[in-house]
Amino acid sequence: MEIVMAVVIGVLFMCATYLILSKSILRIIVGTGLLSHGAHLLILTMGGLKQGAVPLLSEKAASYVDPLPQALILTAIVISFGVTAFLLVLAYRAYQELGTDDMECLKGNDTHE
Amino acid sequence: MSSLHWVVFSPFLLAIFVPLLFKQFRRIHTGWFVLILPIILFVYFLQFIVVTSSGNTVMERADWIPSLQIGIDLYVDGLGLLFALLITGIGSLVVLYSVFYLSKETEKLNQFYVFLLLFMGAMLGVVLSDNLIGLYMFWEFTSLSSFLLIGYWNERERSRYGAQKSLLITVLGGLSMLGGFVMLGFMGQTFSIRELISQSAEIFAHPLFIPAMLLILLGAFTKSAQFPFHIWLPDAMEAPTPVSAYLHSATMVKAGIYLVARLSPIFAESGVWLWLISAVGLVTLFWGSFSAVKQTDLKGILAFSTISQLGLIMSLLGLGAAALHFENLDDNIYMAATVAAIFHLINHATFKGSLFMAAGIVDHETGTRDIRKLGGLLPFMPITFTITVIGGFSMAGLPPFNGFLSKEMFFTGMVNVLALDIFNMNTWGVLFPVIAWIASVFTFLYSMILIFKTFTGKAQLEKLEKKPHEAPMGMLISPIILASLVITFGIFPNLLSASLIEPAVSSIQPLLAQNDFHVHISFWHGWWTPELWMTIGVIAIGIILYLTLSKWKGIYGILSQRYSLNALYDWILSTMDNFSRALSDRVMTGSIRNYLVYIFTAFFLLLGVSLFGKGAFRLEFGNIAPIGLYEIILAFALVIGSISILFAKSRLTAIILLGAVGYTVSLFFVLFRAPDLALTQLVIETISVALFLLCFYHLPKLTSRKEERLTFKVTNAIISVGVGVVIALIALSSHSQKLFDSISSFYLEKAYTEAGGKNVVNVILVDFRGLDTMFEITVLGIAALGIFAMIRLRLTRRNDQL
Repeated sequence: MEIVMAVVIGVLFMCATYLILSKSILRIIVGTGLLSHGAHLLILTMGGLKQGAVPLLSEKAASYVDPLPQALILTAIVISFGVTAFLLVLAYRAYQELGTDDMECLKGNDTHE
Repeated sequence: MSSLHWVVFSPFLLAIFVPLLFKQFRRIHTGWFVLILPIILFVYFLQFIVVTSSGNTVMERADWIPSLQIGIDLYVDGLGLLFALLITGIGSLVVLYSVFYLSKETEKLNQFYVFLLLFMGAMLGVVLSDNLIGLYMFWEFTSLSSFLLIGYWNERERSRYGAQKSLLITVLGGLSMLGGFVMLGFMGQTFSIRELISQSAEIFAHPLFIPAMLLILLGAFTKSAQFPFHIWLPDAMEAPTPVSAYLHSATMVKAGIYLVARLSPIFAESGVWLWLISAVGLVTLFWGSFSAVKQTDLKGILAFSTISQLGLIMSLLGLGAAALHFENLDDNIYMAATVAAIFHLINHATFKGSLFMAAGIVDHETGTRDIRKLGGLLPFMPITFTITVIGGFSMAGLPPFNGFLSKEMFFTGMVNVLALDIFNMNTWGVLFPVIAWIASVFTFLYSMILIFKTFTGKAQLEKLEKKPHEAPMGMLISPIILASLVITFGIFPNLLSASLIEPAVSSIQPLLAQNDFHVHISFWHGWWTPELWMTIGVIAIGIILYLTLSKWKGIYGILSQRYSLNALYDWILSTMDNFSRALSDRVMTGSIRNYLVYIFTAFFLLLGVSLFGKGAFRLEFGNIAPIGLYEIILAFALVIGSISILFAKSRLTAIILLGAVGYTVSLFFVLFRAPDLALTQLVIETISVALFLLCFYHLPKLTSRKEERLTFKVTNAIISVGVGVVIALIALSSHSQKLFDSISSFYLEKAYTEAGGKNVVNVILVDFRGLDTMFEITVLGIAALGIFAMIRLRLTRRNDQL
């Protein structure tokens, strides 16, 4: 299963990178969303899959799956939601103010000093 | 911390209070407060003469970074003490002089004295530090304070230029010197100069010996303005004259000489050392004196004269190393060079200091330093004239001043080269006395120009900004003291020999000075000595050249300004400037896509290369969880979903597909026995999709705008495939090899007993890693505030427009 997951994670990262490199700000946000999904699955896979029961002590199982990656991912999910929401509103406001969602048009002008 | 440490750090401490004193006592010149300190320090260091002249030393240690063997270890021996006395002695006189030179009404005295004290403390640190890294730190402090003092009148363009030039050149040397120090530390496993000297034989045999020596010498040469790095010193003359007299003549520029002298016991066995230092010194001596003649600015003459005199001392120190190869000689004639170097060092500080101060007086009282405008000042400024004559004649090497004695000893050192038969000296060595003699002719010449073009001839009062008059008494005190020292040391040179010169020489040549070494300086060596006739020749030819100056001055025009070292420096600077601007314009395009390309490419290359380069990649199929039907379906859904986002035509489709991927991930969490994650993911995903739709679906402008499919880009595709592959490989190898045991068993065991919860994930989040969760909430709060602010932004602007 881990091998399959590694491939799936690779695909997720690949799509995310490709989206993030695009010009449209919405696609970039979608890309970061995909990237965080990939990262969550990566952390979970690295901890080992299905090697015990759900980490609830009331299960009274002989072994449990690793709870630590789960705790980390839980934090990460919430943070990535915060980031996504922030970026969304940023993009939305930028579009309202500037009338474009093309990153190339949004970049600052070249005048130094 | 010993009293010695307090002494070295006292200028820094006083510097803290200078702005306060400046502000509180506006009516009293801040210099008076500052003056107290160098005088106290000078008296304090005078006591050490008793210690060092009896052959003892003082060592006080204070740890700084003990694990790296770095400390502020202060060491007082003859050499360090000589410099400490120069720094505090000349320092006192310069501060006194500056009280009258800088007006308390118009000048930024608070800054000036802070910089000056910073320099004083740093310079004391340089000459008393036994630890190479400590020495380096103080060394760079002197460069920094020199930079600040040269740029003191920062509204002038020339000041800024000179300050930058001095900083760039001296710090370049300082950094290479640090490299040399690190190599020395590596060879000797210590940064202590004492301990390094004790193992000089092993260091001499080490392959890093020559590189370390060259790097350190680069530092010494740049600091002491040796050819071809001397170009910063004339531009440093933009500093106020007290600073020029102090830093750029008497003390800081001698730091390189100090370093060479200090490290002589380590390096002097080497022929490269002897050749390089004496040759560079001689070239500098000649070039400085030759260039000084063509200068029209009083301080310009003095700057090139300083360069040339520094070269003189440097070459003597280089030749002094020859003495090491004749250890068995009863009367080691090569010691004369080192003795002459130290003696001339003291003499130079006295006569050059007085000359600088006299030049400052002329500038101050006439408004110009240009010798083409000056002339005939003798009736107006008789005292300044007397000072200049004493200093100038001493510099020219005329009796009965101290410069005569050290110039004679310099000739002795150079003539002794003729008898030297090591390191091929018997072939090229003959050039040494010849160059030395020619340079001395020019030295005589510019000294005469300095004196007589300024004070004799026809006065051109109409060209001066002010009506010239004698300086106030206070301004004259310091140069008069220095000028009287010139005479005193000239007539009674042996005042110095036992008290300062012998201990200093024995620090430079510790092995040779052990057995009954005494310095005796005498005026008269008899009629038939080469030195006497060399001096007579210098005076005769010098007078002829002075009288015919206008006839041969044309030779200075031959070498065009376009090919000067200054032009080279400017060219290097502007080329580097243009290059880095062009580079940063290319790299820093302002396009976020380019930056992301850099980041992802670096990510891909670094991780990929280290994965295989370090042999971290491993594939192991044991201990693998079984694959179920649901999981296969979900994996397919995930892959298809994420890939089809790339081909989605409308934004709406992309958003919905992202939602689908998110829900699939949460189903994975269910299968992988993470119910908390699955729940959270479901909630978050729902909110996210709603938010996306809220933002973009309900915006009519966006949906009506022509949407296009993502165009295919090869570079993007290569980078993203690379990133995907590297991540997949990392996932595989991280599963295949476990380098550490998991720490999770701790949480499983303690969740109930310590925290009283049965859901381990929950317990970790709210208890064991409670702070993490708190910061997570903080991040959410910040994001919420940011979102709120962004929405408010619009409202306020609308109001403004109304």
